[in-house]
Amino acid sequence: MTALAQGVRDGGIIAWRNLLNVRRNVDWLFAAVIQPIMFVLLFAYVFGGALGGGAYREFLIAGIFVQTTAFNSAFTVIGLCNDLQKGIIDRFRSLPMSRLAVLLGRTTSDLVVSMMALLIMSLCGLLVGWRIRGSVLDAVVAYLLLLLFGFAMSWIGALIGLSSPSVEVAQSAGLMWLFPLSFISSAFVGAGTMPGPLKAIAEWNPFTAVIQSVRDLFGNAAPPGMAPPQGWPSDNALLYAVVSSLAILAIFIPLSVAKYRRVASK
Amino acid sequence: MPTTTVPDVAVRAEALVKNYGSTRALDGIDLEIPTGTVLGLLGPNGAGKTTAVRILTTLLRPDSGRAWVAGHDVLTDPDAVRRSIGLSGQYAAVDENLTGFENLYMVGRLYGMNKPTAKARARELISRFRLDDAADRPAKGYSGGMRRRLDLAGALVAEPAVVLLDEPTTGLDPRGRLDTWEVIGELVADGATVLLTTQYLEEADQLADTILVIDHGRVIASGTADQLKGEVGGEWLEIVVADTAELATAARVLTEVGSGEPDIDEQHKRVQVLVDAGTKSLIEALRRLDAQGVTVLDVSLHRPTLDDVFLSLTGHAAEDGKGEPT
Repeated sequence: MTALAQGVRDGGIIAWRNLLNVRRNVDWLFAAVIQPIMFVLLFAYVFGGALGGGAYREFLIAGIFVQTTAFNSAFTVIGLCNDLQKGIIDRFRSLPMSRLAVLLGRTTSDLVVSMMALLIMSLCGLLVGWRIRGSVLDAVVAYLLLLLFGFAMSWIGALIGLSSPSVEVAQSAGLMWLFPLSFISSAFVGAGTMPGPLKAIAEWNPFTAVIQSVRDLFGNAAPPGMAPPQGWPSDNALLYAVVSSLAILAIFIPLSVAKYRRVASK
Repeated sequence: MPTTTVPDVAVRAEALVKNYGSTRALDGIDLEIPTGTVLGLLGPNGAGKTTAVRILTTLLRPDSGRAWVAGHDVLTDPDAVRRSIGLSGQYAAVDENLTGFENLYMVGRLYGMNKPTAKARARELISRFRLDDAADRPAKGYSGGMRRRLDLAGALVAEPAVVLLDEPTTGLDPRGRLDTWEVIGELVADGATVLLTTQYLEEADQLADTILVIDHGRVIASGTADQLKGEVGGEWLEIVVADTAELATAARVLTEVGSGEPDIDEQHKRVQVLVDAGTKSLIEALRRLDAQGVTVLDVSLHRPTLDDVFLSLTGHAAEDGKGEPT
């Protein structure tokens, strides 16, 4: 069996085990969607009136989708840190199994959780007036892009989880970096009105590219008067979104696996 | 699975050194476990026991030194080592949300077994470890002893040639401890080679063929329990008096009769001393104490325990940990 084939086989077993965990702790799934639902309601109805009403709500949902999938990487952080603390990773590392499997299994099972969260968020979006206005194929591409981006974020989470000294630290470390990253983007407002440096970050932020692509693919227009991001990343949003997701994977998969080889329970 | 060639020595380590920052966890440990025997690695918290186990199970690389498990080099052939070992760590590494059966099935699959084989093996271990009634319940409802049994079962899924148990009874209540001892006893009867770490001298005495006493990352003594006790020599004569005021007199008498300085335990009104002449010394001591008018409440003569051995080797008691992480 090649190393990759063994990694996929063993990763599947780990993913099965993680999903059994999710099924027996439905509050996990609950936690995965309660926060984005709250964001939808807060932004749609607290800020929404000032920002464009119904048109803003339609604009907002793509931002929420991307935030939802990205924030699910916090589960990767906590899940791995938890396994580490409880000595389960020691057991796994003493088994003749692939060094990739525990991480691949975790990111895969979190991808499944992301799918469920996206489904619930889509229903929630439909309730506040969001619609898919593009073709079915475009919608499928939009969902696939969301999942690819979420998967990439999950691998960043894997490295954070393996580096966290305790579950408490993991809980905040897993979310801390995501707030600025998702807010300095076109998720909630058009990045055009941000001050210079923030605007530059927002324009090159992969979040913006993914959000932009998803909006384009779903056919959700920005409300009138909202300045859209500009520049190359925005003009080539889908390309940039896919390339940056793949780049994140290319960097963080080897880093996380290297960390896993050396990691030790406290 | 046992390897094709069964070496006479199942585990060998030479001059293992491991530092954590400025702390020297292992300071040149050598050990050798003949196939089919149990080695007890005995020492207080922070002595380096867990570090040694982690190196032998390929979880940690030593800074220097070499080790072989079941004939495979832990540094150059870690995969072969992992196929030959079963590890049960200090904290029962069971997934609390999985049932006992699912835990064992998962481990079997990760050893490369196909689904039917992994299921059959899980069932076999469930009944061998008396977990039948709990097999289909999530492990979070298990008692400490049951979790330990499940964790031990996990270490044995692939019938490994070498089993490493890191403090298998730490944190268990007395019943859980006895339970675990029984399981380890069976394991040994089946011919496995076992490395067992413990800070309980009684445990090493009960389970191990050979004992290695380590402290501050060094081996400070080795041998069978009897050999170690023999090193301390003689027997302990212990006297309990009725009144604290009589302790000084009792100590003076025991100094005359015994072959060393007596230990005085004021709290328990107890004095003990090493004696050379066994019951003769006992009778002599009682005669003199009686002549001095000391009221003796209790008297006993016992061979040194491993606790005494540890105390005389290290100058501190075995369970008096230094609070260092292990």
